[in-house]
Amino acid sequence: MAIRTEPFVINVGPQHPSTHGVFRMRVTLDGEVIVDMEPVLGYLHRGIEKLAEGRTYTQNIPFTDRLDYLASMTNNLAYAMAVEKLAGIAVPERAEYLRVIMSELQRIASHLVGVGSFLNDCGAFMTPFLYMFREREKILDLFEMVCGQRLTYNYIRIGGVSYDIPEEFLPALDKFVREMPGFIDEYDQLLAENEILLARAKGVGILPKELAINTSASGPVLRASGVKWDIRKADPYSVYDRFEFDIPTGSTGDCYDRYRLRIQEMRQSVRIIKQAAEQLPQGEVLTRVPLRLRPPAGEAYGHIEGPKGELGFYLVSDNSVTPYRFHVRAPTLINLTALRDMMIGWKVADAVIIFGSIDICLGEVDR
Amino acid sequence: MRFERYGIGIAKGMALTFKHLFRKPITTQYPEERLTVSRRARGNELIWDKELCVACTACARACPHGCIEMVTSKGADDKRIVDKFQLDTGRCIFCGLCVEACPKECLFIGCGYEKATYRRQELVLGKEDLLLSDRKQPSGYARPKVEATLPEQTMLLNRKQYLDRVKKWLD
Repeated sequence: MAIRTEPFVINVGPQHPSTHGVFRMRVTLDGEVIVDMEPVLGYLHRGIEKLAEGRTYTQNIPFTDRLDYLASMTNNLAYAMAVEKLAGIAVPERAEYLRVIMSELQRIASHLVGVGSFLNDCGAFMTPFLYMFREREKILDLFEMVCGQRLTYNYIRIGGVSYDIPEEFLPALDKFVREMPGFIDEYDQLLAENEILLARAKGVGILPKELAINTSASGPVLRASGVKWDIRKADPYSVYDRFEFDIPTGSTGDCYDRYRLRIQEMRQSVRIIKQAAEQLPQGEVLTRVPLRLRPPAGEAYGHIEGPKGELGFYLVSDNSVTPYRFHVRAPTLINLTALRDMMIGWKVADAVIIFGSIDICLGEVDR
Repeated sequence: MRFERYGIGIAKGMALTFKHLFRKPITTQYPEERLTVSRRARGNELIWDKELCVACTACARACPHGCIEMVTSKGADDKRIVDKFQLDTGRCIFCGLCVEACPKECLFIGCGYEKATYRRQELVLGKEDLLLSDRKQPSGYARPKVEATLPEQTMLLNRKQYLDRVKKWLD
């Protein structure tokens, strides 16, 4: 005799340790199998897009820090690039190199948190998380040395970077670049062929290539599905065309591929930092722009390859000191649109892993 | 599932764990042991040099949150004087834009960071609270002259200093 079941709706979140913030999923279950999932967003909405319309272009930079607070440098960079495009400001060469170094360091730091919390969700409670945080601390130390803060940097400005690096920065960076591949090997030793990780993540939450493109996913989520798309190569910004690096891609697009891809991207980031530090030219780091900048009327879209995907800022100017429209193309919000299709058919326990493998940051999703 | 490989992951993991038994700790015994913050640290305080200030209100205009309030008036010898200078640290995001905007370099960000209070009113700092005192250390953020005088930042952990401190406790 077959057991009669009926769908049951449960709420995961908003206050749930595995939702990495205040994300809420309304999950419909049949037994233990997920038959439907509806994301509920907006618990961390601060209205940054509206707030930015009342502030000058320079005053908005601290706000961009608070979008994706795990990758503030790349947020600063994307916003500064959009404003520079709007106002036609040239950036000194040294500043471009510093921007590349900072955004690649930030990519490593963000991936460390992403991988760490993903493994935390897989059941390796806290141990890999703290391994990853040990290296993240070193990156934050470097950032603190340069700009004085550890989380909200406010470092990359319109027309360059706010200050030149102190003289002890490059030796410390060199030490980090030499040490980091060893640490990544250490993670690999712990996790690459780990039976538990393979059993839990391999083949789980597959995002097919076509669906990934159709949902306009970007970043590691897209590349893990086998699409070789990286804005650093596809539309080179800053000085990325001068460096040699590969774009790792996954094959199946499951959770394990997304995890592996982040590890491989960290290795590539270390490569870029090494080259950028060697080629770093001397000179100015900031083009002076007026404090109350008035860009000509028009619109501009600046986009970069952030740690979590394509991060873009769309700005409309009406020749006043404040932007007329300030829109953020948040990568994680758009990656989240594929979540429902990835989750359906899997068990409740897998939901947490699939969600963790996207590596979202709610500050950016809700803005 | 490849059962012939079962257990290898655990064995490798345990080998790594065992290796860490012989490693020195990387944690810091806060608050007994404190790391030196960066020379450009942006701590949770603002320091104001009353003598140098020309009351131009550039800091108040640069603030993205409007948490600096400066009211000025004309003094006897046609100089602007500051009647009210107030900072709401509960709303301040310590971005440092006010310090950068100051034309006379009379505003500093401090290195201090333990600024918890019991009441919200205590977070609103007036003219006297913002002056330089012995308990405040101006940071080198946007002030290269101050930066040159400050000690170097501890990167992760100054091992030797920490072990010396432990020895001192034991004695």
